[in-house]
Amino acid sequence: MQTASAVSGSGGSSGVPASLRGILPVLVALPVLLVLEWLLSNSPFASYLLSIMAVNIILAVSLNIVNGMTGQFSIGHAGFMAVGAYLAGVTSLALKDVALSFLPVAVSDQVFLVVALLAGGISAALAGFLVGLPSLRLRGDYLAIVTLGFGEIIRVVVTNTEAFGRALGLSGIPQTSTVAMVGFWVFLVVLVSRRIAGSSHGRSLWAIREDEVAAEAMGVNTTGYKVRAFVISSFFAGIAGGLFAHFVPIINPGSFTFVKSMEIVVMVVLGGLGSTTGAIVAAVFLTLLPEALRSAFAAFGSESTLAQQVDQIRMPVYGLLLVVLMLSRPQGLFGTKELWEVIPRWIPRRRKGM
Amino acid sequence: MRRFAPMILAAFALFAGACEKKTQPAPSGQGAPGGQAAQPAAGGGTPAASDTIVLGEVGSLTGAQATFGVSTRNGVDLAIKEANEAGGVKGKKLKVIVYDDQGKPEEAAQAVTRLITQDKVVLILGEVASSNSLAMAEKAQAAGVPMITPSSTNPSVTQKGEYIFRVCFIDPFQGFVMAKFARENLKADRVAILQDNKSAYSIGLTDVFTAKFKEMGGSIVTTQSYSQGDTNFRAQLTAIKKEKPQAIYVPGYYNDVGIVARQAREMGVMVPLMGGDGWDSEKLFELAGNSLDGSYFSNHYSPSNPEPKVQKFISDYKAAYGGVPDALAALGYDAAKVAIAALERAKDLSGPAVRDAIAQTKDFPGVAGTITLDQDRNAVKSAAILQIENGTTKFVTTIHP
Repeated sequence: MQTASAVSGSGGSSGVPASLRGILPVLVALPVLLVLEWLLSNSPFASYLLSIMAVNIILAVSLNIVNGMTGQFSIGHAGFMAVGAYLAGVTSLALKDVALSFLPVAVSDQVFLVVALLAGGISAALAGFLVGLPSLRLRGDYLAIVTLGFGEIIRVVVTNTEAFGRALGLSGIPQTSTVAMVGFWVFLVVLVSRRIAGSSHGRSLWAIREDEVAAEAMGVNTTGYKVRAFVISSFFAGIAGGLFAHFVPIINPGSFTFVKSMEIVVMVVLGGLGSTTGAIVAAVFLTLLPEALRSAFAAFGSESTLAQQVDQIRMPVYGLLLVVLMLSRPQGLFGTKELWEVIPRWIPRRRKGM
Repeated sequence: MRRFAPMILAAFALFAGACEKKTQPAPSGQGAPGGQAAQPAAGGGTPAASDTIVLGEVGSLTGAQATFGVSTRNGVDLAIKEANEAGGVKGKKLKVIVYDDQGKPEEAAQAVTRLITQDKVVLILGEVASSNSLAMAEKAQAAGVPMITPSSTNPSVTQKGEYIFRVCFIDPFQGFVMAKFARENLKADRVAILQDNKSAYSIGLTDVFTAKFKEMGGSIVTTQSYSQGDTNFRAQLTAIKKEKPQAIYVPGYYNDVGIVARQAREMGVMVPLMGGDGWDSEKLFELAGNSLDGSYFSNHYSPSNPEPKVQKFISDYKAAYGGVPDALAALGYDAAKVAIAALERAKDLSGPAVRDAIAQTKDFPGVAGTITLDQDRNAVKSAAILQIENGTTKFVTTIHP
């Protein structure tokens, strides 16, 4: 799914009528997602795992716009995710008993899910704007400190707000998220990310990443570009949070800690700063790894209690694998390259200019 | 954009005009997940006939409250081992699959989904923390798989639906127990509270304690808050010291309470501290040293209870895992015992049959009190008050509902 959307995301090359180029990727993605949804309708575990994976992809790809392309260092992504999750959750709770009369219930649920997601995404974007505007005027590590603080503030605010369920968390949010819905947003964030990377806006971001002073000297409005990148990134983090709230039965401040932010940073760094497909591959890998280790350990001895004892060392093994990976490839899996630039010639490469 | 603006507005108008009340009735007594997936699939997860019955357990084996998960798992394991040595259930051996959730609700939901759909368990045990149990309860209820939580005391857990049970008392009861003890046994009039405002557990206990203690004629001189993981409580303790309370109620978890006690004694606050079952861990004494001597907490059971079944459980547990079992181990053991007895009684192993069998549990002799499940699927049982002395606990009294 990821590679398909990534490739179609950069699509619109020769042979397609100009009027279709803009929406071609959507036309390709929608049927694929609906088929996927239909295939997975009977396996809740696979759907759950795919949804978690998709949320991680959205988070990693959106953070990559700031940390990878623009070269800033944001470590509060979970905070924006929390804003999106809670506001989308509260919106959905408020709209729980409402339906659209001219649509079947399942479809109208999806419409309201989109409404809730947009509420979450837009508030996260707004928060991103408020946080980004003052801190992105500066250079260096200030953004890291500010985003770190922001993430903690959000968590403390949520913990102390009755409407957000305080420490116990918000439960009873309608679980209307589907694989097709999360898949659609994955597709959208990848499309946006790739389109930015290939645009003149993106080239300004790359310039800021390489040398901020030089970029400014060339007439790039560095603050403006940085804030815009940051707002887009926050918007998608909010969407990811909103989706998360609609398939995890309870959202609780413990899910949006600094550790979660670092997990996302790890995905971006592991995939290669600046590589969208790298972020995707890393997000998929890091989501599946703990679950795969669980299966691997279960295979060792499902009869004995060994599997149970060993479930505990899952996380240390995960950490160890990360250390090994970073030692062997410090620039991340792909560096700044994309998937199709790293692997093989058998995928025809036509667009150098992306 | 100008072209689209009227279209978007029109779409909005259309949506706003078409909004109506959802027609299908929400299933009563649960959080009403909207749209699909609301009804429990009847008989869902009925396993194929084989010679083992598979149970599932989810616990926080790693993470901040790891001792809770490990104790519970040991207790469950012990009960299962005993049942298997006695010939199993219905001639079949029992097996428990345990998954770690790192103390996070999303991981708990993932693990429980895996248990239900991949491993096809007939019954689920877990979790300790109420947030995680809530996440699991929603999934178990939707799939129609019965779930017993050994030690989640938040009232909302069993409100998720008729497949969710617990074998412990609920938070309001613990708050009530300590209020009653403070008023009647300690004869205290003035009590200060130091609550953990990051934990629903602590807030729940504080609310009920405050209400009941005032009802019984006492007064709460001050309520101070801290956040789980804080290491400096001197500011709050100074404010409490100023009010000269006769006792301080600290309904937090052991890792914070240990430090609170130490700092209180350093500052010359010598009145007894009182708490709930969150205190119950060997680690508490490592952290607090002698500073908790003379303090009281309410708990599910007491290791110094002389009853033979309790003493047998303690010696078996010591032999298997070393160390005195804490309340969570006892509750894990009880939960598994209740589950085994229900499986024995159930006419088959389908979800509804097992559920009905669990619901019939009455006067079940657990090591942590006699368990009767009421119509809200909560256990009705008494609480033990323990006093701390020289790094061990001493049974003081039992308070009945």
